[in-house]
Amino acid sequence: MKTTILDLPEEELIEPGNRACAGCALGIAYRAGLKALGRDTLLVVPPSCLTVLQGLYPIAATKLPSLNVTFASTASAATGLLAALKVTGRTGVNVAAWAGDGGTSDIGLQALSAACERGDNFVFVCYDNEGYMNTGVQRSGTTPQWAITANTPLKGKMQPNKNVPAIMAAHGIDYVAATSAAYPLDLYDKIKKALTYGGVKYIHIHIPCPPGWGFEPRYAVKLGKLAVETGLYELYEIEKSQLRHTGASLKLMEKRRLLPVENYLRAQSRFKTISDAEMEKIQDQITRKWEGYFKSSEEAQGGE
Amino acid sequence: MQIIETGNVAAALGVKLARAQVIAAYPITPQTPLTEKLSEFIESGEMQAEYIPVESEHSALAICIAAASAGARSFTATSSNGLLYMHEQIQWAAGARLPLVMCVANRGVGAPWTIWNDHQDSISQRDTGWIQIYANDHQQIIDSVLKAFCLAEEIMIPVMVCYDGYILSHTHMPFDVPDSEIADAFLPPYRPPYALDPADPANLNTVTMPDGRPDVRGDISPGYMEIRHLLQHDMVEAIPALKRVEERFRSMFGRGHDPYVEPYRCDDADYIAVSLGSLSYQLHDVADALRAEGVRAGVLSVHLYRPFPDRIIAEALNRCSGVIVFEKALSYGYQGPLCSDIKSALYRYAQGKPFVTNYILGLGGREITTQDLYEALKVSCSPDGGAGEETRWIGLKIPAGGTQT
Ligand SMILES: Cc1ncc(C[n+]2csc(CCOP(=O)(O)OP(=O)(O)O)c2C)c(N)n1
Ligand code: SF4
Ligand SMILES: [Mg+2]
Repeated sequence: MKTTILDLPEEELIEPGNRACAGCALGIAYRAGLKALGRDTLLVVPPSCLTVLQGLYPIAATKLPSLNVTFASTASAATGLLAALKVTGRTGVNVAAWAGDGGTSDIGLQALSAACERGDNFVFVCYDNEGYMNTGVQRSGTTPQWAITANTPLKGKMQPNKNVPAIMAAHGIDYVAATSAAYPLDLYDKIKKALTYGGVKYIHIHIPCPPGWGFEPRYAVKLGKLAVETGLYELYEIEKSQLRHTGASLKLMEKRRLLPVENYLRAQSRFKTISDAEMEKIQDQITRKWEGYFKSSEEAQGGE
Repeated sequence: MQIIETGNVAAALGVKLARAQVIAAYPITPQTPLTEKLSEFIESGEMQAEYIPVESEHSALAICIAAASAGARSFTATSSNGLLYMHEQIQWAAGARLPLVMCVANRGVGAPWTIWNDHQDSISQRDTGWIQIYANDHQQIIDSVLKAFCLAEEIMIPVMVCYDGYILSHTHMPFDVPDSEIADAFLPPYRPPYALDPADPANLNTVTMPDGRPDVRGDISPGYMEIRHLLQHDMVEAIPALKRVEERFRSMFGRGHDPYVEPYRCDDADYIAVSLGSLSYQLHDVADALRAEGVRAGVLSVHLYRPFPDRIIAEALNRCSGVIVFEKALSYGYQGPLCSDIKSALYRYAQGKPFVTNYILGLGGREITTQDLYEALKVSCSPDGGAGEETRWIGLKIPAGGTQT
């Protein structure tokens, strides 16, 4: 069942007003995500923009208990919390880790992979602002090709990004989902569903970042939606190995019309050096990918 | 109960007696048999704990850090590069004031690879804010593990129990296993001052500014520096705290030793050899041999290395005329760290006297013969240390730039 704005829990688990930049989409995602996790949750947070958002000692923006840990150790720390809950006989408490894309796809991947393999029971959220934002916008494993960052300053990043949800799905875990801060209800429902499964559940959240990507703070949600409506970023879930598009991406399947990716790329200064030819290549890749989706959905319907 | 077992098994039995609740570890020689033993205790149901086989030492300590933050008594063990791989987490555990206990089966560090014993691994973690205890035999290993939990939980500082790889970790020796009922009375269940709890939320290890900031009530909280100053303050307080733990242990188990230093024939000694770990007992034989020749030699084994009991060590040494420090570790470009620490203690408490010389030996498992020790100590038992203040190496076959001797 889909949650609507009317039946979202009213209780806020993050205080209004925090230390993130104006227009940061992380605040939207965190607010909805914590509502889904609920009050009985222990959080793990590695160094990232979220550390700053949560506040400077002695003031905390989050109403949930939260353990700040070292950069590479997020998933292992979550395992440690689970172990402590178990040996001290506490039940009914969720453990959730919230790491950035760097903390997930780069330095934190080893520990996360190990936790998946051990089947430790927690939700791992990767909020993907597509770069090391906390240290001043350097490239990460999920920074898209051609994006200008502080350490790809002139030509942009040369390599395509890694597909982290696919890496996670390859561990054979029961639930992997990709969602976006621009669709907080989609995000909410996915975390809720994740909580019904055992083992590591992986939630990837697209987080438009005004200073990192180069757009005005008021456009964060618009950029998030454009990423989805152009077919570049997809909302989906992989539940017991079954991939299914959700929300606005599912609608794209029905409408069969993608917005041009140029609308998304030209709205951000990080892509200012991208050439028309490169842009066309990206458009081609997206078009081909979605034609494949359309075809397989037709085949699936035809077979019914 | 007296048994004959290895040092690693002694450590494992200590952890079992301490009723550690969460254990996370990664294999590395020569620590491995210790954590294998613990996994066996747990799988067989002899011990109630969560054993988490991690993918790295960094994660092993991550799990202990998180588990202790949520209120569980936690333990890990490692050696050598495993300890170095933990370095970030070692600092974190101390800064977060978590009462973890870790055993280090001492081994040299790469490169080049070595699996054999020296002290470079734990000594290189000297300045991390952990208490470091060095055990000389199997009895001291098992007893120290139990005392370490007691001390750690009293002052909320993590403790490393270090013992020589192979020399102690893999050799069989007789030792007494403390009675488990008395051990339970000695070390009651862990009662954390705070444990992560949704009913009482806190944000732990938050970004902390150089200066304190007001909380919601307007009270000024400590800044980073105050928090670190408190760690230093409490580290120094660990010196008397360890004595109290030791006294309690002695009264309950009827056994024990000086928790700081272990002197051997030091009372009237003109010359005192100083070292960490099992090497001390080898030096006892050398002191006896020199005494037979009329040289008044003694041995001081240092058990507590951090916090450094400087006054106690200076008092143990200030009546002799020469101190000879034997070390299996080096601060490259200077001298043995224990030697520097002893000199600094003597500077403060003994007006820079007596004369101090330094020997480096046994790196990467190079054999330490009693004959070599005898010859070195004999030379150094003279008012100017025998050959001046230069740090000398024992057992070196090819000196740098030199030819094989
Ligand atoms: C071991 C270690 N290396 C480097 C850093 C510096 N550092 C802090 S946050 C950060 C970037 C975080 O990037 P990401 O995980 O994507 O989160 P974001 O800041 O983008 O939200 C880096 C490199 C660190 N704290 N620890
Ligand atoms: S840098 Fe980006 S992700 Fe980080 S707080 Fe600012 S807007 Fe948010
Ligand atoms: Mg990031």
